[in-house]
Formats: sequence, C-alpha cells, structure tokens
Amino acid sequence: MTPKVPAMPLAVVRVSAWRAMALVVRRDLRASLRQRQDLLNPLLFFFMVVTLFPLGVSPEVSFLQQAGSGILWVAALLSTLLSLDHLFRHDFDDGTLEQMVLQPQPLFLLVLAKSVAHWLLTGLPLVMLAPVLGVMLHLDGNSIAILCLTLLIGTPVLSLIGAIGAALTLGLRAGGVLLSLLIIPLYIPVLIFGTGTVAAAANGAPVGGYLALMMAFLVLAITLAPFASAAALRISLSNS
Amino acid sequence: MSEPMLKAVNLQCERGDRILFQGLDVSIVPGTITRVEGPNGAGKTTLLRILAGLNDSYTGDLFWCGEPRAWQREVFHRNLLYIGHRPGIKPLLTPLENLRALSAVRRPLSDGALCQALDGTGLQGYYHVQCRNLSAGQQRRVALARLLVSDEPLWILDEAFTALDYHGVAGLEQLLVEHAASGGAVVITTHHDLDLPGMARLKLGVGEPMNDA
Repeated sequence: MTPKVPAMPLAVVRVSAWRAMALVVRRDLRASLRQRQDLLNPLLFFFMVVTLFPLGVSPEVSFLQQAGSGILWVAALLSTLLSLDHLFRHDFDDGTLEQMVLQPQPLFLLVLAKSVAHWLLTGLPLVMLAPVLGVMLHLDGNSIAILCLTLLIGTPVLSLIGAIGAALTLGLRAGGVLLSLLIIPLYIPVLIFGTGTVAAAANGAPVGGYLALMMAFLVLAITLAPFASAAALRISLSNS
Repeated sequence: MSEPMLKAVNLQCERGDRILFQGLDVSIVPGTITRVEGPNGAGKTTLLRILAGLNDSYTGDLFWCGEPRAWQREVFHRNLLYIGHRPGIKPLLTPLENLRALSAVRRPLSDGALCQALDGTGLQGYYHVQCRNLSAGQQRRVALARLLVSDEPLWILDEAFTALDYHGVAGLEQLLVEHAASGGAVVITTHHDLDLPGMARLKLGVGEPMNDA
C-alpha cells in the first residue's frame, strides 16, 4: 500500500538563538504598538496610584518626602503586576505560544526575549515617568536620580519573576488572583532593597552596597527565572 | 518500507477519569499520509499534541529516526511543522509579518519567497492588511502558507481543513499528496471527507472509563 519513496532529507538548525530572540522581541513590540491602550493601562495606573497618596493621606511636604520613594516603588510594582496577565495570554489564545515551544531554539531563551519585550513595554516607561512623579512628591534631585536607578535595575527583575507566575497561571480561569498571591512574596526583597537604597541615599549613606545587591538580584533573575518560566509554560501547555 | 520517521510505542493517555487510548503504537513512515480518525472526544488532538511534543502527560516511548526523541528535541522540532486548532496567527500583525515571524526562526527566507507563498494560498493583495480584518478562512490560509515554504519532512496538521472553501480544500489535498510523494510524512485530523491515495487511517475509539474506584 505504501509507495516506496526515498525519505526527504532532514532539515538542519540554521537560525541562531540570538536571531530567534531578536525576532520574538520585534514581533512583540510591533504587535503591542498596534494596541496602544494595553501599553497605556499600567502607566495610567502608576500615575493615578501615585497621585492618590497626596490626596488621600497628606499633602504635607515632609510626609511626601519621606514616603515618596516607597509610594513610587509600590505603585511601579503593582502596575507591573497588572500587566503580567497579558504577558503570555494573547500568545496562548492565538497559538503563538505553541509555535514558540516548537521552535528549534531553546525555550528559555525565547522566554527571556519575551520578558525583555515586556520590560521594554511596561518597565521602561515606568522608569521614564518616575522622575516626573518624583518631583510631584517633592523628592530632591539626588533621591530622584537614585530612585530611577533602582527602578531601572529593579523593574526587569519584576518582569522576569513575573513571567514565572504568568506562565504557571496560564491555563487557569481565575489565574489573576493566584498570580498576585504567587508573585508578590517574590517581589518583596526587590521592594525592600529598592526603597532601602533611596532611603540610604537620603540619609547620606553610601548606596554602593545596596546597588550591588540589586544588581545581584537582576543577574540571578536573568539567569534563573527563564528556566522556571519555560518549565512552567510546558506544563501549562501540556494541560491545555 | 523505509525506516519510520517518528515512532510511538505503547502510548497511553488519560484525561480526567477516562483512558483516551492505551497500548497504542504509531509509526509515521516517509511518503505516507496518516489520518487520525475518531468521534469527538476520542483524543485525536491529544494524540497529535503528544506526537508533536506539546503534551507531556502520557506514558510510552517516542522515537525520532530510531533514537529516543527526548534526546534530540532541537532536531525533532526543526523537522516538524505543526499547525494546531489555534494556528499561531497574531491578529494584530499582517499576513506577511505573521508568516515571516513563524518561518524566519526555522530558516531565513526572502520577502519575495514569503509573498509567493501567500500568493499560493490566494492571499494576493492582503500582504499588509492586519489579520484581524481577514476572515477565518483567510487566517487559516495564512497559517497554511507555511506549508508552501516548509522544508520540514514531518507535518502534523490538526483540523487543517477548517474554514477552508472548496478551492482551498482541493489545493491543500494536492499539497499533502505532493509532500508525501517527495518523501515527507503527514499526520492529519479532519472531519472533512478526505480520501487520498495511499492514506493510512488510525482509528481511535471512545476511551473506556477506568474501572478502579
């Protein structure tokens, strides 16, 4: 019954992982820039939460100076959390994620690329908006500079760790609540050291050690989180 | 008969409290088209996802070119083209961007070649229209354009004929036959009445409930 035909030659892996990562980032950026309200949402949330503190608690300069960095950090953390559900959701729904798992390149590198795209689309805008809000909260120039630096180092960590939670809760219907419960405890060290750095700077203490620790978080997150996210994605897809 | 490309031995898969299939041996040989058949819920999609390496909740062994598949994930995935229920077409991207994103990670192709593939599926003039503005059948055609630029020997297609019109179905059937004739292999599920020369059929029954309490 079977016609005897010579087997087709096997295809060879010719596209490097770097190139594949660049393609993932480019596709994500392109798709997101065509759906701008998704991008604006975390930024608006960040802005509004920060604005509510002077209105809701106290507009006193002394209070705002003291609490300002904490407010900005918590707001940045929450708005990152808000955007996490979208990280893999669209790709899951339209099947792009399946295709990503089936790419010949290592999945953890592709997941890393997705986290980078997520940071470029949510974390980086938050960092850029932070100085404006810092001025609004009467932070001095030095504090604002240090705050932005900590956010610059800290927000990629938030994206990377968040990707683990987003991947784990992908197949679940009420994933949002679980995502927060899973991820917020992991965010706490970043928050403590982020605000701690600014507080130290405000007191005139050296911040080198704090920044080194935050960089260590970042290195740890870059090297380990993508493996966890990739494994979680496989499990979520396996059960879908 | 030539050496099987993909071979599954003694596959068993459970879903919920039901055994979808057990003791299933599948052998995908170059030059063949295998149609997986069975009623709704028989586990056709599950089987295809297991064969493609998307679903890990099974017992049994899978071999690619005679070696355990788990050892050679990269090579296996490079040689597999899987198009599922959800074909991986982003609604916000245009057909050209979608096709490029899906195929450029496998091998570099010029835009000319990609456009030609889109032409081949009847999408001339839609290169730069966002896919959300296309019909379901047209979106399916974007996914199927991948077959025209494919150099992967193994195609696994889940419900490939969904939403296609008469000409689309005929074109796809011809494509499958040509792929098999050139030494590739196709595994397909469809509710469409498909009868190709030399097509093998793999029947899945409705699983029996497990008898332990």
